Amino acid sequence: MATLTATPTTVQLSKDEILRYSRHLIMPEVGMEGQLKLKAAKVLCVGTGGLGSPLALYLAAAGIGKLGIVDFDVVDFTNLQRQVIHGTSDVGRPKLHSARETIQEINPNVEVATYETRLTSENALDIIREYDIVADGTDNFPTRYLVNDACVLLGKPNVYGSIFRFEGQASVFYAKEGPCYRCLYPEPPPPGLVPSCAEGGVLGVLPGIIGCIQALQTIKLVLGKGQTLVGRLLLFDALNLKFRELKLRKNPECSICGADPTITELIDYEEFCGIRGEEHVTPSKVPEITPLEVKKMEDEQRPFVLIDVREPHEFQICRIPGSKLIPLGEVPRRMHELNSADDIVVHCRSGMRSAQAVEFLMKSGFRKIHNLKGGILAWSDEVDPSVPKY
Amino acid sequence: MPVRVIIPTPLRQYTGRKEFVEVEAKNVAEALANLTAQYGDLRRHLYTDDGKLRSFVNIYLGEEDIRYLQKDQTPLHDQDELSIVPSIAGGTKLRCICR
Repeated sequence: MATLTATPTTVQLSKDEILRYSRHLIMPEVGMEGQLKLKAAKVLCVGTGGLGSPLALYLAAAGIGKLGIVDFDVVDFTNLQRQVIHGTSDVGRPKLHSARETIQEINPNVEVATYETRLTSENALDIIREYDIVADGTDNFPTRYLVNDACVLLGKPNVYGSIFRFEGQASVFYAKEGPCYRCLYPEPPPPGLVPSCAEGGVLGVLPGIIGCIQALQTIKLVLGKGQTLVGRLLLFDALNLKFRELKLRKNPECSICGADPTITELIDYEEFCGIRGEEHVTPSKVPEITPLEVKKMEDEQRPFVLIDVREPHEFQICRIPGSKLIPLGEVPRRMHELNSADDIVVHCRSGMRSAQAVEFLMKSGFRKIHNLKGGILAWSDEVDPSVPKY
Repeated sequence: MPVRVIIPTPLRQYTGRKEFVEVEAKNVAEALANLTAQYGDLRRHLYTDDGKLRSFVNIYLGEEDIRYLQKDQTPLHDQDELSIVPSIAGGTKLRCICR
């Protein structure tokens, strides 16, 4: 494998650094030469979330000379289960601030460059150009294709990781030496086929494992030692603790790294992934009712039936008293449990699944039916704050 | 000839949570046809409306991508292992898209 960085002549290790990196220095695979390469290396971490946390932590500890970090998000409580670069006292702060502090606490010798922005087609080439390697810790489709394309156009290796629930993937996409992400997947799934929040979630340790594999790949690329994942896709199943490996081939017809590329500059990735304006889209126009209106019906003792279409494991987290659980997938076959003469209010976590249920039930002849606007989250905000949010 | 089809996590909701399904098939096309005949909801996740394998789903025989073998005509032998490997992205915020 080609070494990305030549043996540097301009950097040196101080006495303190020699002590700090002694466990690297006494290994022939790293040694002084390798440690100097690490110190001369510039790595960009895109995102400081589940994957980006261990990535940045281990790259900093290993003595990467310059770490760029890109993020625009703010730490919230739901991050802490897996985003170990941030702590409880960081909730509400920009992720870049806490990430920078943690990195500098681990290793003050690392130069940290922060980019408090979303990586976009406008800024990606300028940001990435400054670095030797990009480690993509964002794990969403538009950014993944953006990072891939920018890396192909600039000739940089892209250290990839992705996670879903308890399954992870990792590889190194490096068009100069092997396939790129588009060789593997020419197009992203349309948003309609992306799993909903009923199927989401991630085991907190999983991004730790995949992010550490990304850090390992990055360090090996810098050192020029061992076999990287160029041309290989690593699959990890955390439940069964199984690693599998698949061969990746360069697609001669790849739209960006193939013989006759059709993509020669960065494009609009939100549009490419079909999610332009997605956040404003509701599935359909179904009759809605607000949490306060439902509370008023309760207070006035007007009879109605409250149906919860979330999954049983969500029902265990919290529920609205008096609600009946019929998970969305069971609505068609359990419809007979409902009486179309009753007033029915349907809810889920945030109002999207329940809108789908209402739409289905209306098509089946239910008329006195409403969707609880904002779901149980809004119920917690507006009516009963003792209901936990998740 | 029974072959084993490994179902990835995101698609297990359509196979009754099964991690793999055994099907009888002489080639990849037959294996997937038998699989989707058993689990109908899988079909739209694997194929476009005009019957093509979706571009974010790859099928591997062992560790080889069938695109570089004989595609869906790739012959199968007893005890072969087929993997469905879709692109995944779990790091996005909860996105309630349920259509």
